[in-house]
Amino acid sequence: MITQYLLSRFEKTGIAFIVIVAAMAIFVPLSNLLLPASSPFHVPTHVMSLMGKYLCYAILAISLDLVWGYCGILSLGHGAFFALGGYAMGMYLMRQIGTRGVYGNPVLPDFMVFLNWKELPWFWYGFDMFPFAIIMALFAPGVLAFLFGWLTFRSRVTGVYLSIITQALTYALMLAFFRNDMGFGGNNGLTDFKDILGYSVQAQGTRATLFFLTALTLLLTYLICRWMTITSFGKVLVAVRDAESRTRFLGYRVEHYKLVAFTVSAALAGLAGALYVPQVGIINPGEFAPANSIEAVVWVAVGGRGTLVGAAVGAVLVNFAKSWFTTGALAPYWLFVLGSIFIFVTLAMPKGIVGTLKEWSGRMRAPRDESKAPVAQPAE
Amino acid sequence: MSLARLLCALLVSIILAGQIVKPAYAADLASALTRFSADDFTETATAIDEIVATQAPQAEPILSALGNARLFVDMATKKVYWRTAAGVVHDALTGEAVASPPAPLSTVRVNNRLRRVLSNAIGALTLMAPEPQRRREAADAIFRSRDETALPQLEEAMKAEKVPAISRAFQHARASILVTAPGVTKEQRIEAITVLRDRADMGAIAALRSLNGTADAETKTLAATAVTAIEERLRIVGYVQNIWYGLSLGSVLLLAAIGLAITFGVMGVINMAHGEMVMLGAYTTFMVQEFLRANAPHLLEMSLTISLPLAFLVTGLIGVAIERGVIRFLYGRPLETLLATWGISLILQQTVRTVFGPTNREVSSPSYMSGAFDFMGLSITWGRLWIIVFTLIVFVMLLMALKHTSMGLHMRAVTQNRRMASSMGIRTPWVDAMTFGLGSGLAGIAGVALSQIDNVSPNLGQSYIIDSFMVVVFGGVGNLWGTLVSAFALGVANKFLEPLAGAVLAKILILVLLILFIQKRPRGLFALKGRAVEA
Repeated sequence: MITQYLLSRFEKTGIAFIVIVAAMAIFVPLSNLLLPASSPFHVPTHVMSLMGKYLCYAILAISLDLVWGYCGILSLGHGAFFALGGYAMGMYLMRQIGTRGVYGNPVLPDFMVFLNWKELPWFWYGFDMFPFAIIMALFAPGVLAFLFGWLTFRSRVTGVYLSIITQALTYALMLAFFRNDMGFGGNNGLTDFKDILGYSVQAQGTRATLFFLTALTLLLTYLICRWMTITSFGKVLVAVRDAESRTRFLGYRVEHYKLVAFTVSAALAGLAGALYVPQVGIINPGEFAPANSIEAVVWVAVGGRGTLVGAAVGAVLVNFAKSWFTTGALAPYWLFVLGSIFIFVTLAMPKGIVGTLKEWSGRMRAPRDESKAPVAQPAE
Repeated sequence: MSLARLLCALLVSIILAGQIVKPAYAADLASALTRFSADDFTETATAIDEIVATQAPQAEPILSALGNARLFVDMATKKVYWRTAAGVVHDALTGEAVASPPAPLSTVRVNNRLRRVLSNAIGALTLMAPEPQRRREAADAIFRSRDETALPQLEEAMKAEKVPAISRAFQHARASILVTAPGVTKEQRIEAITVLRDRADMGAIAALRSLNGTADAETKTLAATAVTAIEERLRIVGYVQNIWYGLSLGSVLLLAAIGLAITFGVMGVINMAHGEMVMLGAYTTFMVQEFLRANAPHLLEMSLTISLPLAFLVTGLIGVAIERGVIRFLYGRPLETLLATWGISLILQQTVRTVFGPTNREVSSPSYMSGAFDFMGLSITWGRLWIIVFTLIVFVMLLMALKHTSMGLHMRAVTQNRRMASSMGIRTPWVDAMTFGLGSGLAGIAGVALSQIDNVSPNLGQSYIIDSFMVVVFGGVGNLWGTLVSAFALGVANKFLEPLAGAVLAKILILVLLILFIQKRPRGLFALKGRAVEA
């Protein structure tokens, strides 16, 4: 019964994705904690952290796919939402250091003592509480996206104009966070974290839990986005993507649909950032760099936009390739590869890996009736 | 001792008398120089005065060497030598360089009193120096030090001065002494205040602020009003200076954005590799300079003139290659063009990094680009002025090319109605390639100019790309005049916000204002109207 319901709601790739992520959520931490290091199935802690990082990127990619693939909003500023979520978590982790910092100040983080600050700035209040930090990781990007989207969509800024001003947004935020007197650690960002909810961030158990939570969040993100896109709400989103004016003339408030999708997407990106920071151990203004946001767009493009699963697959694949390249002697050539991926995907594979695979399987099943193949029309 | 000195002086005069041609000062100088061998401070002081009186050309080097403990006496022959900072020893009497100076030389000693005498003597010498530059420096030094002991020499020099600008500098120096020195009549003070008020700079304010305390109330009020007047004037000059800096920044923005105004504005192609074209233009300049330095150093001064057409060609050809290789497949899909050209920009950056290394490369400036001049109290650097002039020339030429050449006509036709243009026999793919090449070439020549004021590194382009897009979007896409106005408006706004908020915050504020502005006018300042809008 449940299986049938699920099958009716998810296409094959979606089910495969859910199964794989769920299996990872359970087996990777278990194998890390329970199996001896000599076992061939043992996942070393650093590999698990790396995988956790990829999964965070996958969440970011899915959230980006929700707005780009389904709503036609190419955001070149999603890295900003990711980084804001990361800063919210980073601020909590900074407060948890307490007297163990270099200066041993119980309230002020080290960089504030260094800058001769006497009091905690007001926007740091509440970050000693974990639930508050998590709420802020969702809210800060969400509110920013809401305000930005409310202004932008209402005045019908679309297409490349929108992309360029989202890029300006993340660029402005990067400049702002680089300033020391902003109160977010300036150049160095936030780092030297000690523990999270009382558990050491370095400990194996914490890392395994974080990985589990990340995989779980990835699943949840997928389900939320999937749900948003298959309901009638999602149909309208696709309509906005493919023919914005026509949808408006049909009586839909286009800007409201866009605004909801954009805000949810930003909040999910913030959540990804919040999970990313404890696993990586640092957050700095470099995360706001426009290049990062564009890189996230290419993950989605590689995997296939408008497929959700593809976005996650693209994020993992590209980042795996990046880790593989940048750790060895091939490091100087990574940008050549990345640049070529950008060009190749846009020229030769506009539907991405998952989109192309779907098209093939569709053709194999119905070789004569191609018009029935569910071809996602890319938005402009 | 005194007999020895007499004998020596006699000996020196005999030798000098034996010479056929000798300057009038020679005998005086010789007698003055012998006083140094006495190793007595009073004698040295007399010697200094006598040396000044001779007006000999080597007087100044002798005295400054004395102040720097580089004046020596050979006790055996009583001859005096000075050594330059570079280590060359000269004979003080003849002023000629001596190849092998005698071995035991003793330094002529000075004390604090002598140093004061010396500095006045040197000041007097430089006030009368034949080179106008030196006289001017001496006058400025006195203006700053307000040393009243220099007054008699200053007035002496004023009588002899012919050059009006230096004469004015002397007057300023005299006024600054008269304002501060004790025992000056009221009329003289008031006249000095007027002179300083006309000078109107920070130095004049400093001099007026240190008005002698014994001055009466009326003089004090006069000085105070003069200070206020100067401050007011300086504030206006500050505004003008800000506008100038803003125009200068605006010209840089315009230069970087003008190529983008073609590719994005006219063709609607988002070229994220635009910044890299600027970077390649700058590296072309570097290559040209390296080549000239190695093969034709006398042409180095011309390096920019040679680089301009070369950079245009190099980046233009790369632009055409990009258009033919990638962009033409993506017409009608602007977001994908954006991604593909971003990929191209990564590859170009990494290529340059691999070939030239990640560090900054040194690009030299020709002499006409360096230095500054003073214009109504504004200090204007030649480099900035040339860049503004150059930008305007490029802008006008581009405008002409678009309006008055057949290529420009074709470009506009294809932009407005591609199919109609095609039916009229215009080769639209060729026009596309040429238009993109033109835009890229313009970025290349922008790179030549920017290599003069920015670091030439693989990241050069990245720092301009967002600003350039902002300029084009703010000005209104497809409108060159809009680009011009928006570049200068953004430049001036930035420079006016900078003193209020600091450089980084000003930039952030501008970005935020722009984002808000685009909400209000999504198509920019000068939006195209009518059917072209949705095309």
